[in-house]
Amino acid sequence: MSTLPWRHADRVASLEAALRERILILDGGMGTMLQGHQLDEAGFRGERFAEGRDGQHAHAHDHPGACDLKGNNDLLTLTKPEIIRGVHEAYLEAGADLVETNTFNSTRISQADYHLEHLAYELNREGATLARAACDAYTAKNPAKPRFAIGVLGPTSRTASLSPDVNDPGFRNVTFEELVDNYTEAASGLLDGGADMIMVETIFDTLNAKAALFALSGLFRTRGSRVPVMISGTITDRSGRTLSGQTAEAFYYSVKHIRPLSVGLNCALGAADLRPHVQTLANVSDCYVSTHPNAGLPNAFGEYDETPAQMAVVIGGFARDGLLNMVGGCCGTTPAHIKAIAEAVSKYAPRALSVEKKEAA
Amino acid sequence: MNTTRHTRLSGLEPLVITPDLLFVNVGERTNVTGSAQFKKLIKEDRYEEAVEVARQQVANGAQIIDVNMDEGLIDSEAAMTRFLNLIAAEPDIARVPVMVDSSKWSVIEAGLRCLQGKGVVNSISMKEGEDIFLEHARKVLEYGAAVVVMAFDEQGQADTCERKVEISSRAYKLLTEKLDFPPEDIIFDPNIFAIATGIEEHNNYAVDFIEATRELKKRFPLSHVSGGVSNVSFSFRGNNTVREAIHSVFLYHAIKAGMDMGIVNAGALMIYDDVPEELRERVEDVVLNLRPDATERLLEIADRYKAKKGETITESLAWREKPVHERLAHALVHGIDQFVDEDTEEARQQTTRPLDVIEGPLMAGMNIVGDLFGAGKMFLPQVVKSARVMKKAVAYLLPYIEEEKLRTGDAGKNNGTIVMATVKGDVHDIGKNIVGVVLRCNNFEVIDLGVMVPAQKILDTAREHNADLIGLSGLITPSLEEMSQVAREMQRQEFHIPLLIGGATTSRAHTALKIEPHYKAPTVWVKDASRAVGVAQSLVSKELVDNFMAKIRAEYADIRERHKQRGAAKTLVPLEHARKQRFTCDWANYTPPQPNKPGITVFDDYDLAELRTYIDWTPFFQAWELAGRYPAILKDDVVGKQASELFADAQTMLDKIIAERWLTARAVIGFWPAFSTRDDIEIRLTEGTRHLHHLRQQAEKPVERPDFCLADFITPKEAGKQDWIGAFAVTAGIGIEAHVARFEAAHDDYSAILLKALADRLAEAFAERMHERVRREFWGYQPDEALNNEALIDEQYRGIRPAPGYPACPDHTEKATLFELLNATHNAGIQLTDGFAMYPTAAVSGWYFSHPNSQYFVVGRVTREQVDDYAKRKGWTREQAERWLAPNLDYDPE
Repeated sequence: MSTLPWRHADRVASLEAALRERILILDGGMGTMLQGHQLDEAGFRGERFAEGRDGQHAHAHDHPGACDLKGNNDLLTLTKPEIIRGVHEAYLEAGADLVETNTFNSTRISQADYHLEHLAYELNREGATLARAACDAYTAKNPAKPRFAIGVLGPTSRTASLSPDVNDPGFRNVTFEELVDNYTEAASGLLDGGADMIMVETIFDTLNAKAALFALSGLFRTRGSRVPVMISGTITDRSGRTLSGQTAEAFYYSVKHIRPLSVGLNCALGAADLRPHVQTLANVSDCYVSTHPNAGLPNAFGEYDETPAQMAVVIGGFARDGLLNMVGGCCGTTPAHIKAIAEAVSKYAPRALSVEKKEAA
Repeated sequence: MNTTRHTRLSGLEPLVITPDLLFVNVGERTNVTGSAQFKKLIKEDRYEEAVEVARQQVANGAQIIDVNMDEGLIDSEAAMTRFLNLIAAEPDIARVPVMVDSSKWSVIEAGLRCLQGKGVVNSISMKEGEDIFLEHARKVLEYGAAVVVMAFDEQGQADTCERKVEISSRAYKLLTEKLDFPPEDIIFDPNIFAIATGIEEHNNYAVDFIEATRELKKRFPLSHVSGGVSNVSFSFRGNNTVREAIHSVFLYHAIKAGMDMGIVNAGALMIYDDVPEELRERVEDVVLNLRPDATERLLEIADRYKAKKGETITESLAWREKPVHERLAHALVHGIDQFVDEDTEEARQQTTRPLDVIEGPLMAGMNIVGDLFGAGKMFLPQVVKSARVMKKAVAYLLPYIEEEKLRTGDAGKNNGTIVMATVKGDVHDIGKNIVGVVLRCNNFEVIDLGVMVPAQKILDTAREHNADLIGLSGLITPSLEEMSQVAREMQRQEFHIPLLIGGATTSRAHTALKIEPHYKAPTVWVKDASRAVGVAQSLVSKELVDNFMAKIRAEYADIRERHKQRGAAKTLVPLEHARKQRFTCDWANYTPPQPNKPGITVFDDYDLAELRTYIDWTPFFQAWELAGRYPAILKDDVVGKQASELFADAQTMLDKIIAERWLTARAVIGFWPAFSTRDDIEIRLTEGTRHLHHLRQQAEKPVERPDFCLADFITPKEAGKQDWIGAFAVTAGIGIEAHVARFEAAHDDYSAILLKALADRLAEAFAERMHERVRREFWGYQPDEALNNEALIDEQYRGIRPAPGYPACPDHTEKATLFELLNATHNAGIQLTDGFAMYPTAAVSGWYFSHPNSQYFVVGRVTREQVDDYAKRKGWTREQAERWLAPNLDYDPE
């Protein structure tokens, strides 16, 4: 698998060149930006889903009734593509090198909540197309700063190594095989839409992520080529473990077999609380290290209120200490945060890979 | 790539195989092909117990656990999936990586689909050709696991060194060249076969393995060599001593040759040096195939080393030949106090200061003990015996140290000083004493204030001795409130030293919710004695304390957060609603049994020999932190040896307790006419009415399941029938003090703790026996009942005997009424403390209910409404009620 050729060899070459040169900037939160548009139910539905179901889908009328679609952010890729494109552009304008597709929940399992399972492939393909188009436009404006579209595979709403039934710790509500099928379908869409790489992110349960990686290996093999894989786990609280109980180091060892481009941490915590765990990854990993923290911890109203300046100071410290290759933001972050972070890290060199460290020594 | 590529595996935590690990223990007991016990558990669908086997493996030092479900009568894929999913939910097991072991690929795949960590596949081979081998290996890579490659090709399993090396090398080449398989994730299994089988061709099997190992490690230094060690001794099954000796010798040579991983019984590995010399020599001849008659010569002596049932091999005195430092270490590790005075004296003469003996050889020995205990290679009873040796040695040196101190003023150093106490109102101290012993073993100075210690005395002592830690213990629920009180006092009096909380009713949740918030300095719940040292060391270490406390505090904050949410989620029903849903029966057609012997009956000096047969031994082992049910625990793979030794010591002491009349058992029982009025029971005596107050469950339940209250089991007043209630108070601890004092004076904590634990068991047995006689004779509603001890322990009889302070009647203060009714202090010699604990501690008291449907239940949480109602019935203020019912409150009283 690692012997397969790259799908976009030239783009991988320019990505790796950029990674050697500087700390690359990821984009920030999608949800925060969408909230600003204050879309109502009709706004989410658009024309195609005006009746709360897919007007273009042959079996849509088999569903007993309409379903509320407000909150299905991924659907906006189809119903309000101009808004999604606008978010990508706002981040590219703020200095992001890499933007993430709006596909966090675009799997069958997650779309089942809206009776839109059948959209999984389409959402991923269109999501990647949108992100890629925005990136290409900005690369054309300034070829010295190439931009890349990251196809996002989210965690799904289920966990393969945790029981949802407190009385039966051996019970599971999703199997490894189901997850592999879900991720294979989603990743096909991302590749067909032109994603430059794929990121398995917000990993609560490493077994879900391993199913995603297994799906990617299979998909790459059938297609005869691969794209770089990025991995980003989530430390759910200050205990320093993932929801499924792993330490950051154990997490990395569980996923390194895919030979990822990068490993990192995102979501759940603010930058300051993530620091020791990012440090751990920086110490042990053979690949690049990324992080995209939240804008602090949620306040009493569930809002994130770390300002761009505050966040930039903390992340500047990460960069100064040589922990980072890629950095961005997750929940609660905005283009202003990304701009401030980009400025704060611009004066520091990226973390050296261990091989390079050895060669330098 | 760089050349220091280590194998990096993971469970919940990482396992990096670096050369300094020397040898990775893979636990073998969760393997149906290797363990008859485990196979039985899986076949009988007893997965909970099967999970315990895994837990013990890890506790005993297994760094990886091997799981194998290959058995014809088991659905292996399903069993593998279920078992791995179950252990995934146990953090103390799931922390280590799993080795998925099967000869069937479909089972391996089922296992890999359950592992979030990076595990190991055991095994794949070229048995069915290169294509299938590579196909499986590629899948292993994609699932993210390391792989064991068995030396097996199209021609068969490799038995000679040459074939082992040739097949393994071919596999390595295929894996690395065709698949780019990481060399550090390849583990060779060059096949360990049985030796000394009587068949000549087998004689060189161990040598073939060892030599193949040497060659493979030379050719492929990044890869590993592993094997199933117990195979090698297969022909000696039934003789565990010889088997362990063979394993030990085999591993000694194989590890030297480069074997760096092995499937072993992690708890049972014998130290090479501990194999008796004669046996070792003959085993070595067999393992290394040094002479043609090696097998016969081993067989000649093998029987002599075969342990008979319940007997252990007599200790050889060879260790007495060693230098004095090693003798002291040996005595400490093996808990032998026979020679301790003479050895200590010899060591003292070799040093300039007597303290050097403690800080030198004795501490070195205790460090070994601490390490072995920490690594799960020693068990509590052994550690307590080690501590006895240490104490005796220190006692021997003490006069010399005092002399020295007078001369120089030097006081020596230790890890820290801890003041420990069982809190006011409570008298239970077995657990606290064990913790004290373990801490002393780890060079803490322990100031043990004993039992029923008021808060101020604890705090004054801590100040006076400049203590580094305070440890509080308690067993009864009112002690929880007292601990919370001590924490508040520590805060008010501006203490800054850490507070440790322990004891049977304490919990992480209680500490997080009710104690830690009151005290700003570190406050930590300690689960059991085995955790005490780690916690205490972390707290006194400047380097460790911040990280450790950050973790604990986050954990406790999280518990508080979850508690808040849980409280809001699950609501209780109003008291009237619960009362409507009371337990009831057809009272009109119910005839309450009349006691044969109403009023009070006193037993002054009950026969201990009779009680002995009623002992439930399982809790006895629990007191020593040995997990398992009696009698199976005596044959347990992991703790069986320790359990058997402890059991033998207990029997010897019981013989003495009975023959020499160390203890006196006394009891009082009584029956009185009674009826229930709502949640109270009324007893009519000539001198007036007594009310027994009870609490009612308020859980939201389906209509067919009652919200119980003990009063429900007594005929209601309006039914107009004559019902009865009984009560009892028994003790087996009269006279214990003199014997405990005698042991403590002899620095023999082991015997002191053993005696207390036995007295507790006798008291429980007494309660069981008395209840049986009540059913058959004194109340007499089951005159023909004939149950054996197991059936008694399983409570297969009619009627219950709930004790105040326990879940069905959690209010300890009701013991006051019970004691008054029975005049128990006078009639049975049992006293009640301020906190309503009984003294002697080896005592049980409670109520008797005879109703055929009476059953045990847990009152659980109650609302403020019920607390107010209860306070009114008891004549208490709400604050008093909230204090005594603190553990049951559904709300925060402040």
